[in-house]
Amino acid sequence: MRYLPKSDEERRQMLAEIGAASINDLFSSIPAEYRLDRDLTVPRQRAESEIVEYFRAAGQKNATDYASFLGAGAYRHYRPVIIDALVQRGEFLTSYTPYQAEITQGTLQAIFEFQTMIAELTGMDVANASMYDGSTGAAEAVMMAVRVTGRSRAVVASTVHPEYREVLATYAKQQGLPTALVGYDGETGRIDLKALESAVTDETAAVLIQSPNFFGVIEDIPAITQIAHAKGALLIVSIAEAVSLGIVRPPVEADIVAMEAQSFGVALSYGGPFCGVIAAKEQFVRQMPGRLAGQTVDGAGNRGFVLTLATREQHIRREKATSNICTNQALVALMATIFLAVYGKEGIRELAEHNLAKADYAAKALAAQPGAKLRFKGAPRFHEFVLQTDEAPAAWSRRLLENKIVGGIELGRWYPELHHCTLWCATEVVTRERIDAVAKVLAAVPVEA
Amino acid sequence: MTTTANSPEARPAPRTLGKVRPHQTQNEALLFEKSSPGKRAYKLPPLDVPAVDSAKLLGTARRDKPGLLPELSEIEIIRHFTRLSTWNYAIDLGMYPLGSCTMKYNPRVNEFVARIEGLAEAHPYRPESLAQGILEVFDLLQRCLLDITGMDAITLQPAAGAHGEFTGILLTRAWHESQGNPRKKVLIPDSAHGTNPATAAIVGYTVENLKSNPNGGIDLEALTRQVDGETAALMLTNPSTLGVFESQIHKIADILHAKGALLYMDGANMNALVGKVRPGDFGVDVMHLNLHKTFSTPHGGGGPGSGPVACKAFLEPFLPIPVLVRNQDGPKGCPDAGDWEDTNAEPTADGCPPLFRAPVLKPDGERVGDTEPLPLHPLGGPLRWDYDRPRSVGRVRAFYGNSGMFIRALAYILANGPDGLRQTTEDAVLNANYIRKKLEEFYELPYKTASMHEVVFSDKRQAARGVKTGDIAKRLIDYGFHPYTVSFPLIVHGALMIEPTESESREELDLFVAAMRSIAREVEENPELVKTAPHSTRVSRLDEVQAARKPILRWRPAQ
Amino acid sequence: MPYPTEYRYTREHEWISVDGAIGSIGITDYAQNSLGDIVYVDAPKVGDTVSANATFGSVESVKAVSDLFSPVSGKVTAVNEELKTAPDQINQNPHGTWIIKVELSNPAEVTTLLDAAAYEAFIAEETAS
Repeated sequence: MRYLPKSDEERRQMLAEIGAASINDLFSSIPAEYRLDRDLTVPRQRAESEIVEYFRAAGQKNATDYASFLGAGAYRHYRPVIIDALVQRGEFLTSYTPYQAEITQGTLQAIFEFQTMIAELTGMDVANASMYDGSTGAAEAVMMAVRVTGRSRAVVASTVHPEYREVLATYAKQQGLPTALVGYDGETGRIDLKALESAVTDETAAVLIQSPNFFGVIEDIPAITQIAHAKGALLIVSIAEAVSLGIVRPPVEADIVAMEAQSFGVALSYGGPFCGVIAAKEQFVRQMPGRLAGQTVDGAGNRGFVLTLATREQHIRREKATSNICTNQALVALMATIFLAVYGKEGIRELAEHNLAKADYAAKALAAQPGAKLRFKGAPRFHEFVLQTDEAPAAWSRRLLENKIVGGIELGRWYPELHHCTLWCATEVVTRERIDAVAKVLAAVPVEA
Repeated sequence: MTTTANSPEARPAPRTLGKVRPHQTQNEALLFEKSSPGKRAYKLPPLDVPAVDSAKLLGTARRDKPGLLPELSEIEIIRHFTRLSTWNYAIDLGMYPLGSCTMKYNPRVNEFVARIEGLAEAHPYRPESLAQGILEVFDLLQRCLLDITGMDAITLQPAAGAHGEFTGILLTRAWHESQGNPRKKVLIPDSAHGTNPATAAIVGYTVENLKSNPNGGIDLEALTRQVDGETAALMLTNPSTLGVFESQIHKIADILHAKGALLYMDGANMNALVGKVRPGDFGVDVMHLNLHKTFSTPHGGGGPGSGPVACKAFLEPFLPIPVLVRNQDGPKGCPDAGDWEDTNAEPTADGCPPLFRAPVLKPDGERVGDTEPLPLHPLGGPLRWDYDRPRSVGRVRAFYGNSGMFIRALAYILANGPDGLRQTTEDAVLNANYIRKKLEEFYELPYKTASMHEVVFSDKRQAARGVKTGDIAKRLIDYGFHPYTVSFPLIVHGALMIEPTESESREELDLFVAAMRSIAREVEENPELVKTAPHSTRVSRLDEVQAARKPILRWRPAQ
Repeated sequence: MPYPTEYRYTREHEWISVDGAIGSIGITDYAQNSLGDIVYVDAPKVGDTVSANATFGSVESVKAVSDLFSPVSGKVTAVNEELKTAPDQINQNPHGTWIIKVELSNPAEVTTLLDAAAYEAFIAEETAS
C-alpha cells in the first residue's frame, strides 16, 4: 500500500529481530473471540485517479453554478489564493500543536499575530488561539462568565443564531444553567431592551447577544451594556460575520466577544471546519478557555513565543479545567491570519463597504418588487436583511432555483411568527446582474388582491 | 596501475550528512513591525452597484477607528509566512514519536479533493437537492466508520476528540435519564488523557479515579468495588495510554453492564485496532474517533480535528440532531439491489435482498472473490437531514460537522481499502515493537506487558544521573526528531511515550533508535550536554515562567 | 532550610504562624521546591470563610497546579496583594511569605497540626518513598 514505507522483506526481518513468528503474534493480547477474521466492509482500495474521480463526481452533484444569497452564519467571500499556497506548506499543514516551542516558532508567531489581529478588530484586550466555531465559542463564553461571576443564570437574545442557541442549551443543561430568552423589537429587529431589562437580575452571569444579529441588524451595544452591567452581569457579544468588523463599530464595551472568523478566508465547506475565537478584557484571561500564545525571551535574550497559561487547560487541570478543549482550529486560524494580512487595515474596511453596498442595492431592489418589503426598519444593518413577501417563499424560490439562484433562507423554520419572511445576504461576490435577476423573478409573482 | 595518495581509491569516502545539519533560516519580525501605511496586497474589483455612504447608513454604528491590521504587499506576506514555516518541524520533515497522537502521513490527495469546488464551496443551508454530493460523502464515511468500529449508529457532528467525548458522555447521561436515574459519577483510569476528566466534569458528573493494576491495566477488583448504581460509565482508552490492550475487556464490560453502567471508549488509540478487532464486538457501548489521528487528516499546528461518535443501537435515539437519513424507495422500503444482489445469500432480516457479502480472508491471505465490499454509490433515495428526533441530546455545534475533514478521512479510507487498513494497523504495531526491542536495554520498561502501537519507557535509569525525560526529549531535537510525549501517562514516573505510526520506514526507525541510544550514552558520559539541550535550534529554553507571570498575549504599537 | 519551630505544619505542606487570634498561612520550602517557579497564586477574598483540611485556593507553576489546604477554620482577614505581581516571593522566602491571614474560629485545631520536628520527619519519609 503506497502510504506504507516497507517491503515485505523488511517486515520479515523486523519480525525476526523482535522474535515474533508472525505479525499476528503481536496481536495475541486481543482475545481470540474478538479478532476479525474477515476484511472490513469498506470500498476496495482505489487508485489516486479513482479517488479524485469519486470526489469530482460528488462535487458536480452539488452543482457549482448557482448564485447564492445564503448567509445566516456562513458567508461566501473571495479567498485570496495565497492562503492555500501557504497553508498547504507541509511545515504548517503537517505540524503538531506547538508544545515544543523551540521547533514550532513558526506556528507560535502566527498564532500571536492572529491573537493580536482579533483583539484589534474586536476592541478586546486579549484573544485566544481559536475555538471550534462560533456556536461552541458562544457556549464556552457563557460558561466562562459563570466562572468569573460565580452566578448561575444566563440571558440570551432570540436574535442570536438559532443553532448557536441550541448548542448553548445543550451545554447549559449539563451545567444546571437556567437560560432566559429575550425577544426582539418587531419594528427594528433589535433585541427588546425593555424585555432585556426585566430579564437581567442579580443572578445573571451573562447576557449573550449577537451583532450584527441573525436578522442582519446591528445592536445598540452601549445601551445593552448598561443594562447588563447595572446588575453586575457580563456582556458577551457573538459575531457571526467577521467582515462586519471592517466597518461596524466593535463592541468595545463588552466583557467577552465570541466570534466566528470563517469569513476571514475560510471556505464554506458545508459548515466546517470553521474558526471560533474568544476575546475578552484582560482581567478575565485566566478564565479563558483554549490555547494562548505568549511572547517571551530565550536564554540568549532572543524574542520567542510559547503556549502559556497552560494551567487553565485540560492536560494540567483535568477535571477542574476551564474547558475540555484540546485540538482547536489552528490551520483555519492561520488562513484567517493570512486573509487579514492580505486585506490589511484599509482593505478590510473597503471589503466591508463593498458588502454594505451590495446588500443595500439588493435590499432596495427586492423590496421594490410588488408584494415585497423589508421586514425591519429603523436600525442599521450590515449585509443581511429580512424580506417579507405576500406570496409564500416556496412559490418563488422554486423559480429562483430554475434560474440557478439560491435565494434567502426561510425564517419560518426558526421564527414561526415571521410569516413569509426570508433572510438574504449579499457579499462582495454577488453580482448586480444576479440581484436584478432575483428582482425579476419576484416581480413575476402575481400581486395578491 | 599504481595507487597514489590522490587517486579515487585512496581518498576516504565523503562523510554522509547524518540526520541533521545546521542550515540558515531567515529571521522574520511580526507582520505589524513590517507594516507601512499605503502598502497593499489586495485589489477589489470595481463596484457594479452604487457606492454607499457608510456614515449615513450606519450612523453611530459605524467604526471610526480602523483596527490596526498591518499594511503589506503580497511578496512580504509570502516571505513572512514562508520564513515562519521554515522554523517548524513537521511530519513532512521527519518522524514524530508522540504517543497517542498518531502522527501519520497526511496524504496530499486529501488536500486536493477537499478543495474541489462543489464540496468546498457548499453552503450548509443550500437545499438538500443541491447537496447530495457532499451528503453522499457523509453517508459513505459513516458506513465505513460503523464497520470499522463495530457499532450501530454514528454522528459526525463533534469538532474534535474532546468534543466527541462530551457528546458520548451526553448520550450516556441521556440514556441513564431515560432509565430513571442520570447517576452521579464517571470512573476514569489514572492513566487517562486529561480531556477525559475535564469532559466528565462539564457534563455534570463527578470523576472517580480508578487505579491501574501492576500491569498497567484496569484493576478488576477495584473496578468491581467502585462500580455501583451511581456509576454512569467507565471512560476507557483501549489500548491504554501505555499501549497495552485490555485483554480482560469482556470482564470489564460485564462488570459495568451488570450494574447498568456503560462502557465508553476513547478511540485515540484506534491505530492499533483498525481491521484487527472492533470495539463494538468487545462490549463498548459508545466511543469517539479522532479523524486527525487514525484517519490521517492533518494536525495543522493544532487543528482542525474531528471527533465522530459511534454507539450501539440503544443510544441511537439520543444522537445529536440532525441525523442523516436516506429515503428508501421500493415497495418494502428496500434499496434496489441491481448488480449488487448476492443471489446466493439469504435475504436480510427485514426481507430485503442481501447486497453483497464481505470477502472472507483465507489464512494464506487470499481473498475469496474480488467483489466490491461496499458500493460507493448505494441504492435508495436521496439523503436528507432528519430533525424530528424528540429524544435527541440536542446540538453540539452549529451545522453538521467538520465536513472538510470527512472528505479527507474518506479519501484515506478509499486509498487503503480493507487490506490497506489492516496492513496499516499491522505496520503500526510492528514499528512500535521494533523500537521497544531496540531500546529496552537502554531505557527502563515500567510495564512488561505486550505493547501494541505505542511503547512507554520511564527515565528511571537516567534520573539516577540527574537527567529527566524532558531533558532527553529536548536532546532528541538535536538529532533531528520531534520529542516523544513527555511525562504522560501520569502513572509512570518520568514517562517516555513513543508511537512511531505505520508511516515510518525502517531507515527512519533505525535513525531514531540510534539517536535514543546515543543520548543514553551521553547521559552516562556527559549528562550536562543532555540537561542543557537543545543546542541547535533557533531559540533555546524559552522562559516559560516569565510568559506565565507576566503574560504578553498580543503585539502593541510603541507608544 | 530549617523549619521554624514556632510554626505548625500540615501534611499538604502548608505552615501556619499564630499570633493571638490571627493565623498567617503560607507554604513550606519543600512545597515551593517541588512546584518550581511559582507564576500565579489563586487566593480567596477578605471575608471568605475557610475550613480546616478544605482547599482555599491554589498555587501554579508553569506545568502544574497545587491546591492549597487550610490548616484551620476561620475567616480571611487579609490577603497578600504583593503576590499578584510577585508570586516568586514564595520561592525566595517561603517561610516568610504569608498568603492569607485567618481569624481562627477554633484555635484548638492548631494543636492537631504537626510541629517542626514531626513535619521534617514526614517529608523525610515522603522523599524516601
